[in-house]
Amino acid sequence: MPRIKELQINGAKKAIDADGDRSLLSVLRDDLGLTGCKYGCGEGECGACTVLLDGHRVRSCKTPVANADGKPIRTVEGLATGDKLHPVQEAFLAADSMQCGYCTPGMVMSAVGLLETKPDCTRDDIVRGMNGNICRCGTYTRIVLAIEQAAKAMKGGAR
Amino acid sequence: MTRLLPPDIEVERYELYDWLENIETNRRDFFRIAGGGLIVGLFLAEGASAQRPGGRGGGGPAEIGAWIHIGEDSAITVYTGKVEIGQNIRTSLSQVVAEELHVPVKDIKMVMADTALVPNEGGTSGSRTTPATASQLRRAAAAAREALIDMAAEKAKIERTSFKVADAKVSGPDGKPALSFGELTQGKKIMKVIGPAPPTAKADKWTVAGTSAPKVDGRAHVTGSHQYASDVRRSGMLFGKVLRPSAFNATLKSVDTKPAEAIAGVKVVREGDFVGVVAATEHEADSALAAIKAEWQTTPQVSSKELFKHFKERARKGGGGGKGGFGGGGGGAQGSMEAGLKAADQTVKATYTVAYIAHCPLEPRVAVAEWNDGKLSVWTGTQQPFGVRDELARALGITPDKVRIIVPDMGSGYGGKHRVATTVEAARLAKAAGKPVKVAWTREEEFTWAYFRPAGLIEVTAGVTKDGKLTAWEFHNYNSGGSSIGTQYAVANQKIEFHSTDSPLQQGSYRALASTANNFARESVMDELAHAITMDPLAFRLNNLANDRMRAVLEAAAKKFGWENQKAAAGRGFGLAVGTDKGSVVASCAEVAVDSDKVQVVRVTTAFECGAILNPDHLTNQIEGAVIMGLGGALSEQIDFENGRIVNPAFSAYKVPRFRDAPVLETVLLDRKDQASAGAGETPIIAVAPAVGNAIFQATGQRLRSMPMAPKGLPKAG
Repeated sequence: MPRIKELQINGAKKAIDADGDRSLLSVLRDDLGLTGCKYGCGEGECGACTVLLDGHRVRSCKTPVANADGKPIRTVEGLATGDKLHPVQEAFLAADSMQCGYCTPGMVMSAVGLLETKPDCTRDDIVRGMNGNICRCGTYTRIVLAIEQAAKAMKGGAR
Repeated sequence: MTRLLPPDIEVERYELYDWLENIETNRRDFFRIAGGGLIVGLFLAEGASAQRPGGRGGGGPAEIGAWIHIGEDSAITVYTGKVEIGQNIRTSLSQVVAEELHVPVKDIKMVMADTALVPNEGGTSGSRTTPATASQLRRAAAAAREALIDMAAEKAKIERTSFKVADAKVSGPDGKPALSFGELTQGKKIMKVIGPAPPTAKADKWTVAGTSAPKVDGRAHVTGSHQYASDVRRSGMLFGKVLRPSAFNATLKSVDTKPAEAIAGVKVVREGDFVGVVAATEHEADSALAAIKAEWQTTPQVSSKELFKHFKERARKGGGGGKGGFGGGGGGAQGSMEAGLKAADQTVKATYTVAYIAHCPLEPRVAVAEWNDGKLSVWTGTQQPFGVRDELARALGITPDKVRIIVPDMGSGYGGKHRVATTVEAARLAKAAGKPVKVAWTREEEFTWAYFRPAGLIEVTAGVTKDGKLTAWEFHNYNSGGSSIGTQYAVANQKIEFHSTDSPLQQGSYRALASTANNFARESVMDELAHAITMDPLAFRLNNLANDRMRAVLEAAAKKFGWENQKAAAGRGFGLAVGTDKGSVVASCAEVAVDSDKVQVVRVTTAFECGAILNPDHLTNQIEGAVIMGLGGALSEQIDFENGRIVNPAFSAYKVPRFRDAPVLETVLLDRKDQASAGAGETPIIAVAPAVGNAIFQATGQRLRSMPMAPKGLPKAG
């Protein structure tokens, strides 16, 4: 595997020096200090590590960093603009859609990816589109409500 | 150990009391940590600290519950040994303090679960934070408020009764003077230890407590900036991995670590059967671990399929009475089973089982350990910071005062993080490496080397008259535990026993402990009895239920659910159940749809009562979460094991509830402002499985007596 020397994260180029077969998750967290994405299972089953790669939702725990070479990466750290939260973040806060919050950044990124590709999500679309993310605290119905609210806000031109 | 402080006396001349000598010594530390100002702690009367494992030790601060510091800059800081696990006590405890001090919730800073800074309040478990810590903090905050008024009165030389506290100020007659807390505590170092008596606001007068304050640090979670223990990074930190045996109870026959040692930057640590590696990245540590060649001596062990036979065969004679089980308690006998069964028109004899299940906190066990001059600091997620501290001290042969445990708000626990083996692993590796080391378990390690909720076998014999009166109730629980084992129904003849036995897997605490298993069997048998005499299950329960609080939740849930109007149809059924545990009561109604063999829970209505409610929205959130988690154990979750190995240690094979499994949730809160607040994190889980099982029976005619009930869809009938 070649070594990867640079990643494009949240609109900026970041110098790294990592084995290409390391997981994107570990490089983001351990090399770049972007700890918003979480390890939950390492098998791509829980979605805690979700980031957007070239606009698509990926499980960063199962993504070799080599696959991210030259592509734009978005993480939860890049969502807010200054103090202004992304509508999805606002909606999660407003609905208190969390308990321990460990799944929250992955949920937020998954929801952002979903709404950006499918702005007119029905409730069924949200359930289907989010089914790869686990909230062990069981706040699913609140998360669905938050995403519905965020969808409205995003369509209303909030972003 | 001398004791000595009348609990109802406000102590100011602490030097008079032997007991307070430690505090006198520690006082300097408190103020050094916190800065000058006012500290108020609540003396715990005898027995109040009983939850603390290991009993009282050392006196001093351990005899005080959580305390409050009001700084010279007006900052209000609460120091508590309790842990934020996602149950939102950081918010609810802030509300309680804010209520008494008449300040906004955001003005309260909570310092939690850092053993160097906070009192040992035992673990965070048993739904005890609300009834114990919240109540203590309420009184401490009230005492602090009263002390501030004293200071203001003294400063202004005006009668104290003309002062009031509002908007973070102490104001005299006509609002003058209006002194901030900091102006009053400036230049002071006052420590007050109080008894239980200061006046606190009654629940029906609350304006901050009892409201749906949002999660105080919610923003840090949606932005990803909250630092869990998993996110802690220390300078020079290495990543550690530990070699795992090929099966439970295996011993190391031989090991060749040379291939791992040959990798640049890798250090191998071996102490007896403990073999670990450290490296600069997790990837390198993984590679090094994979390079180690080990042979293990294994022994034949009990597998899932023979588990319940094993429980029965190995049951200890004479019943356990709670010993060796979890949650203990309950049980006993009265009347005569023989007479009770003779008086019955219908009898039911049934065997129920419950599988081992895993907590699956989304943040697996983790620890970052760092040694400095013989002192050890460990960042981890645990519900027992002081227990883990003492365990580490024992394991490493040092005294507990050399160990500091820091617990950032954690990625959940559900009773699963009392013991946290990563702490010892990281500490050993860090010592050997001479650098900070992080050990984070993989999901597979979490599924294999953590402990489980106990499996159980429950045998029930019951009798009922044709007009719906219970006459006999015999109930035996093997292994899963004694929590809420006693029946909530009035029955003259009963025999109830918990039997400890041999568990092939490590088992331990879990949300609501065995209450779920016991309530599953009990409430399912109640349904069997109701059907045996063709009586409505709701009417049958109300007929035998003496407890008013339980009747109230059952009626409230049934009303909201529309129980009377629900008509079972092919593939659609309705069920209900009620239960009590840890001072709160719950009833759940479930609607299920069964399509060929797929079971979908469509709707769950839950009514819950836990006394005066501290935060309605967060309470609702806890109830909703408990229902979802309860559905996992009810329908799909089970640890499958064979000969000392876990067969399904992955989310792809162990099915926790997902978005698609979430039913419509309806929650009814019964706010009893006349009752003390009880905890709420556990009990709402206990009526879910029987309500669902009873609904499946109505839909299909199949009585499912094993949790999980439908791991691969509806089991084949017969």
